[in-house]
Amino acid sequence: MAQVRRTALNRLPDVETPNTDEEVWRYSRISELNLDRYTPLKRQRAVDTVVERDLAAFGPMSAVVVIRNGWLVEVTLNAEAADAGMTVGPIADLDDGADHLGAALDVPADLFGYLNRAFGPEPVAVIVPDGIRLEDPVVVVVLTDADDAAVFPRVIIRVGDDAAVTVVELHTSTEVGSLVVPVLEATVGSHGYLRHAVVQEMGPRAWQLAHQAFRVDRLGTVETFAVALGGDYVRTRVDCCLAGRGAEGRLTAAYYGEDDQTLDFRTFQDHAASDTTSELIFKGAVDGSSRSVYSGLIRVRPEAVRTRAHQTNRNVKLSSNAWAKSVPNLEIETDDVVCSHASTVSPVDEDQRFFLESRGIPTGVAERLLLEGFFEDVAAAAPHPAVVETLREALAERLDRRKAGEEDTP
Amino acid sequence: MNERVLRIEGLSARVDEIEILHRIDLEIRPGEVHAVMGPNGSGKSTLSHVLMGRPGYEVTEGSVTLDGIDLLNLPTWERARAGLFLALQHPTEVPGVSLESVVTESARAAGRSTEGVNEVLVAEATRIGFDDRFLSRPVNVDLSGGEKKRNEALMMGALRPKYAVLDEIDSGLDVDALAAASRRIQEATDEDDLGVLAITHFSRLLEVLEPDQVHVLARGRIHTSGGPELAERLEAEGYVGVLGETGTPVDLPTGIIHQAGFGDDPFVDPLA
Repeated sequence: MAQVRRTALNRLPDVETPNTDEEVWRYSRISELNLDRYTPLKRQRAVDTVVERDLAAFGPMSAVVVIRNGWLVEVTLNAEAADAGMTVGPIADLDDGADHLGAALDVPADLFGYLNRAFGPEPVAVIVPDGIRLEDPVVVVVLTDADDAAVFPRVIIRVGDDAAVTVVELHTSTEVGSLVVPVLEATVGSHGYLRHAVVQEMGPRAWQLAHQAFRVDRLGTVETFAVALGGDYVRTRVDCCLAGRGAEGRLTAAYYGEDDQTLDFRTFQDHAASDTTSELIFKGAVDGSSRSVYSGLIRVRPEAVRTRAHQTNRNVKLSSNAWAKSVPNLEIETDDVVCSHASTVSPVDEDQRFFLESRGIPTGVAERLLLEGFFEDVAAAAPHPAVVETLREALAERLDRRKAGEEDTP
Repeated sequence: MNERVLRIEGLSARVDEIEILHRIDLEIRPGEVHAVMGPNGSGKSTLSHVLMGRPGYEVTEGSVTLDGIDLLNLPTWERARAGLFLALQHPTEVPGVSLESVVTESARAAGRSTEGVNEVLVAEATRIGFDDRFLSRPVNVDLSGGEKKRNEALMMGALRPKYAVLDEIDSGLDVDALAAASRRIQEATDEDDLGVLAITHFSRLLEVLEPDQVHVLARGRIHTSGGPELAERLEAEGYVGVLGETGTPVDLPTGIIHQAGFGDDPFVDPLA
């Protein structure tokens, strides 16, 4: 680990801070970032305080991991999962820990990837050995409650050949003005199956610059699900590399922006082998003066014949001050592929609203039904009922606030 | 107690600054069926949308009252709550919203009990020949034209309006669905005293739904009114025969009518 950190640290002076001239940072708020504002934590704070959490909705869990301000503070592994050979804990404790680090992401994507390597205190590994298929989810709580801190959590997931697991990450913060740079690396073995979700409910002052890298081997499948709700500026980059023949990636997201927050997604569907399939559906709503950015690239490499790749991004603009940008891209280097992309930014559909109103439904209720309906198909893709529940509750809260806001304005 | 009538008086309306309707007068009483017939471009659809308050349609003069309630000052949903129903020519697909939640929210807004909504829907579905697995699916999504028409009649049956405006529900090719929908509407006029304003281009709707009165709309005006025999005359003579050359719209080039497959006479039923 020390070696990895040192190498990353040494590289840091040569790595430039991203700027909006780069396509992958276009429309971002990176120019507002003042890194000097944040201090990397040298040691764990407040070890004695138990992190409050309510995970009852998840029912039985294979493991619970709590990462606080980047440090691993708790690992609970249930006996069944432990007996099956599952490992959850600091990567430094693993004999082959070094092999897992960088398995899905050998070179950091940007400055923040290097910072994570240099300052990340304790990468946490979730290892599911070959042939082990776990029913109950692994829940990872990533909490930030240190103020003005730069926080670098890192989670590494290995799903072995013929193995299966569901991992749900819950990213939360108190009302701190910190910068959180989480990195996830996940590899899925041959015929393996990973269902992954991140539910992001950061506090209103937090910045998060997240990177998720998935690498899927032959006939393996990854399903990712992102619920983005909180934060001042939250950017998530997702790299899904379909590296083995017949690998499959399903990427889904639901986001809802309020006030002046910005929710930003950059996705890469990287088809690097033949007969691979990817399906991306990202849907969001922007209210108040919030903003959302989606830019996605489907890349089909020369060897990836018979690729099927689809990408859909739909945005509903709920107020005249809200703003959404959607930029789909294709880069196809072979023939015999089926690719499509679609993107929309539009207000609530006038015809649909009129139809509901004409059936006796008040305007506000009609819009609410339409918005709930808008998110219904993405909710169906969530890997666990508790995630669906969280999404529905968050949506209901926001729609209630919206209604209250309308009643306030005559 | 207010007089029970849907009364349209001197109604004029425009769309995009162009006056489409000129001083329309109509009175529909409970249990009555009125047919408004007219060639393409005569203002038929505008009339239905103005009555329901669709955005983009501006009333310039006149009034519409439903059992004494002034409709034009009400938002669309309150017009529906007052007892007006609009069945659309092309019912809107509403992804993610089920028929059940539409009828439930409508009942809630009207202060009615929301219990038993499902039973009512199942009963109405059986009555109209609509597969009840559609009840919990998104409204109209992936339904055929005929199924959408059955769905409109089903919703009307469940919402129990006092007056229904049917906006060219006889377009489309599913004759069985049209017959089932018309039959349901006819039954509502007998059982629930529903008043009907059926806006149509063709007379085939009126084979099931028997009109008490027929009005011919041309260039935004009621040109002629009469009994059911007027519809028969239109069938035999076409709009040109009834209205004369000057009564047919001049703003619609005949080329468009040809393209739409109506031939020289826009009244010719493509199914006939």
